[in-house]
Amino acid sequence: MSEQLKVPTMAQCMAEGRQPEILFWVGAAGSYDDRAKKITRAFVKILNKANVDFAVLGTEESSTGDVAKRAGNEFLFQMQAMTNIEVLNAYEVKRIVTACPHSYNTLKNEYPELGGNYQVQHHTQFINELISSGKLNIGKVSELSGKRITFHDPCYLGRANDVYEAPRELLKTLGVELVEMKRSRNSALCCGAGGAQMFKEPEKGDKDINVLRTEDALETKPNIIATGCPYCNTMMTDGVKAKDKEDSIQVLDIAELIANSQE
Amino acid sequence: MNYIPNILFALLLIAGLGYFARNVKKLVRNIKLGQDVDVSDNKSQRRKNMAMIALGQSKMVKRPIAGFLHVIVYVGFIIINIELLEIVIDGLTGSWRVFSYYQELYGILIGTFEVLALLVLLSVTIFWIRRNVIKIKRFWNSEMAGWPKNDGNYILYFEMVLMALFLVMNATDIHFQLMNSGNVVSQFIAPWFSGLPETTIHIIERSAWWLHIIGILIFLNYLYFSKHLHILLAFPNTYYGKVKPKGQLNNLESVTNEVKMMMDPNVDPFAASPEGAEDEMPAKFGASDVQDLSWVQLLNAYTCTECGRCTSECPANLTGKKLSPRKIMMDTRDRLEEVGKNIDANKGEFKDDGKQLLGDYITAEELWACTTCNACVEACPVSIDPLSIIIEMRRYLVMEQSAAPVELNNMMTNIENNGAPWPYNQMDRLNWKDE
Repeated sequence: MSEQLKVPTMAQCMAEGRQPEILFWVGAAGSYDDRAKKITRAFVKILNKANVDFAVLGTEESSTGDVAKRAGNEFLFQMQAMTNIEVLNAYEVKRIVTACPHSYNTLKNEYPELGGNYQVQHHTQFINELISSGKLNIGKVSELSGKRITFHDPCYLGRANDVYEAPRELLKTLGVELVEMKRSRNSALCCGAGGAQMFKEPEKGDKDINVLRTEDALETKPNIIATGCPYCNTMMTDGVKAKDKEDSIQVLDIAELIANSQE
Repeated sequence: MNYIPNILFALLLIAGLGYFARNVKKLVRNIKLGQDVDVSDNKSQRRKNMAMIALGQSKMVKRPIAGFLHVIVYVGFIIINIELLEIVIDGLTGSWRVFSYYQELYGILIGTFEVLALLVLLSVTIFWIRRNVIKIKRFWNSEMAGWPKNDGNYILYFEMVLMALFLVMNATDIHFQLMNSGNVVSQFIAPWFSGLPETTIHIIERSAWWLHIIGILIFLNYLYFSKHLHILLAFPNTYYGKVKPKGQLNNLESVTNEVKMMMDPNVDPFAASPEGAEDEMPAKFGASDVQDLSWVQLLNAYTCTECGRCTSECPANLTGKKLSPRKIMMDTRDRLEEVGKNIDANKGEFKDDGKQLLGDYITAEELWACTTCNACVEACPVSIDPLSIIIEMRRYLVMEQSAAPVELNNMMTNIENNGAPWPYNQMDRLNWKDE
């Protein structure tokens, strides 16, 4: 992608003496993982398009500690949390938006007790707000019309925080045919990479979790598997490859679907 | 007058209730072996949860067939127990169906009981078929082999026999049949006995009556030894269950204090603790045995009725891994019982038996297979949280034993060094902007 994105950092804003409305928390996956970086860029495109007054922490951002906490390393988690909270509070951050449900959950639920109180939103919730307040216009997208899309609920958005409708509302706005998997919403099956699984080999079993979940998705005969989490995206992409379907089925973040519709 | 039956009845009642009370005391003591935890928050939400989930069975009906049958058995169990009151009064005073004084109301009451008894009998039979003939998978996982499987069936047999005795007792009560009010089901059973002499019928009636009350007392005392405690503990368990978002894990307070000390430049690490302040360093981080868990987690373990809905939704279990959330709960309970017996045998003191929950019951392999997806927590019809136990034990493995899988240790080192689970330079964190 050569298109220039406007991505101010908090440090720059502070130097200019202004306070951005929104902090976009990119997260480690969104910053470093090649696939997730595309999601990050897609979301920033939307932010730019809607003229959202936002900034990122850039090199001052550090892991939320979610994965360390779930691996059992409470020390490391709290070290990360307190360091991040110091930075966030120093910039007087009030609102945070993130495209990663793991960051979302940790920032929203686990930081307040440690002194970090922010209004935290998942990007699908935030984009919904942009649409309803008229800052972003999405019409039905011709290239998506008639496409079957199934939505994979990220555990840390769905069950963990009861956010089921925001991503679905966005998909409906795009005018696609939304087909639900037999296990969806609060009974959705995990993609397999939460709880620090992303960073280790699975235990011995007879199948990989992401393959089982991909089979759920394939039953709906989708053109696109949509999701809202960088880990889910990786796991489902791998699952689709394992099933030799990568030529016919795309795995996309909702932010990417929306961003594409803006072109 | 002959008072022997009344005295016998009173003795039976005292023995039955007394033994039960003794075990309840033991149960409470065992649960209190857990760590203290503040559950005084969100009282109204907690009351609502108890009303909806335990009383209202809201989560049971998520699986319609089992849920519907369970509601019948549950309602039947509660309502038919009103009849117990009459049985107790009759038994103690020697009266005959003391409530029948209000004949019309009595007919409605007993009629309802009879219909429910029949429905319960049917439902329990279907439950038995589901377990033993259809062999629904979740009743046949490896942790169900042996006692847990038999336990499930014994409970069903108990309920079948109790309901049958209730109906037979009514059918052979000649006076009650003559009243012809409320015998909506038993009137069809009565003819089976019609050829018998009146004294024989009377003996059958008395036998059924006695066996019914004795059966109830045995069943009551069976609870403590079985998975069936949920009929009582579901209520406190749903009240004390998690009221925060499912994704929120607790922040260990002991760690918070440590980390704050580490990050505060003004703290003198070598300073002696202030006068009078207790050394608050916890014995250990995380949990390796049941005493390290919170009392709510131990209550969870006693509440589990081994239905296996958690395990049937667990992604790790569904893909053949060893982890089963139900087994986590069963192991916790079994170990807690073992610790309790140890305390009983050693005059109130726990003597180290060289065993612990971690390793002897739950293996690290099971713990590391969890994706923390909360499917088990969502699936539980009585608000049990197996995930919280898994996390506590992972904490012990990592913080006390440095026993995480190698790849996870690498991941944690990366976070320590460069603020991301991958080995990338922190200074490259914004590179995505220009790619």
